[in-house]
Amino acid sequence: MFNIRRSLSASSFRHYQQYFLPGDFVVLLSAILGVLYLFHTLWSSEQATKVQIRLDDKIYATYSLNQTREVHVQGKLGESVINIAQGKVRFVKSPCQGQYCVHQAWLSHAGQSAICLPNQVSLELLGATKPYDSLNY
Amino acid sequence: MDIKQIQTTVDDHRIAKLAAFAIALHMLEAVIPSPLPGVKPGLANIVTLYVLYQYGFATAAWVSILRVFASSLLLGQFLAPSFVLSLSGACFSLLALWLLQHLSKDWFGPISLSILAAIAHIGGQLLIVRLWLIPHAGVAYLVPVFAAAAVLFGLINGLITSKLLSKYSG
Repeated sequence: MFNIRRSLSASSFRHYQQYFLPGDFVVLLSAILGVLYLFHTLWSSEQATKVQIRLDDKIYATYSLNQTREVHVQGKLGESVINIAQGKVRFVKSPCQGQYCVHQAWLSHAGQSAICLPNQVSLELLGATKPYDSLNY
Repeated sequence: MDIKQIQTTVDDHRIAKLAAFAIALHMLEAVIPSPLPGVKPGLANIVTLYVLYQYGFATAAWVSILRVFASSLLLGQFLAPSFVLSLSGACFSLLALWLLQHLSKDWFGPISLSILAAIAHIGGQLLIVRLWLIPHAGVAYLVPVFAAAAVLFGLINGLITSKLLSKYSG
């Protein structure tokens, strides 16, 4: 039974192998490696422990995510309200037009960030190790 | 009364016939449910690739673009976001194929072209998604899934194209 199955798969592999040119193996292998690399870099997010709030180009404050807190930051346009609760953080209110920062909703993984360009307020989540500096890169 | 008729060439008829094949495959795919919107086998690309090998790049480009327009009209998605995604995917994969056709035929076969065109296809679509539909860094989270699907389906479509080519071009 196992012998039959093995010989079947071996013959079908040989059957498909005839369509591969040397370069095709190279392309397939590098494509698979590329996908694995993408999984590794984009999916290795750990839970964040702290949030760093920036105003303009300066660090405004750094808070632990374990304590519930409401932060009011006076930006270029007005007051941004940031909410920290249960290991998560979000923009609650922002005076900006697009409201992208508010729509990003709760963030909890290290390396995530919400940026309000109009009001020049941004927050970045920090973990034990910094995975990827998306703000300064 | 003088009746003006558009003169069609043999090439036009061939393009129409091949585009019809591609449209049929596109329609077939539209009714297959997908676990994640956007992850599709891309069967119509088999036609594009086959045409590229048999009739050259110009015919392949016609077939691909015609397929995008006609399918979106049939599905009622013309000028909707999904049409823009479809078009950008087709344009990017055509651009990739245009570059890749200059590769050595002894080293790189349809499988290489299929995989790389599939990656270009999803790359073009994700670019539109990121820039226009979902302007959020969170899109990056989905990139590995789409890339994996592109490589898998690119490989399968490449194998199918190879088989078709070896059967019909001798």
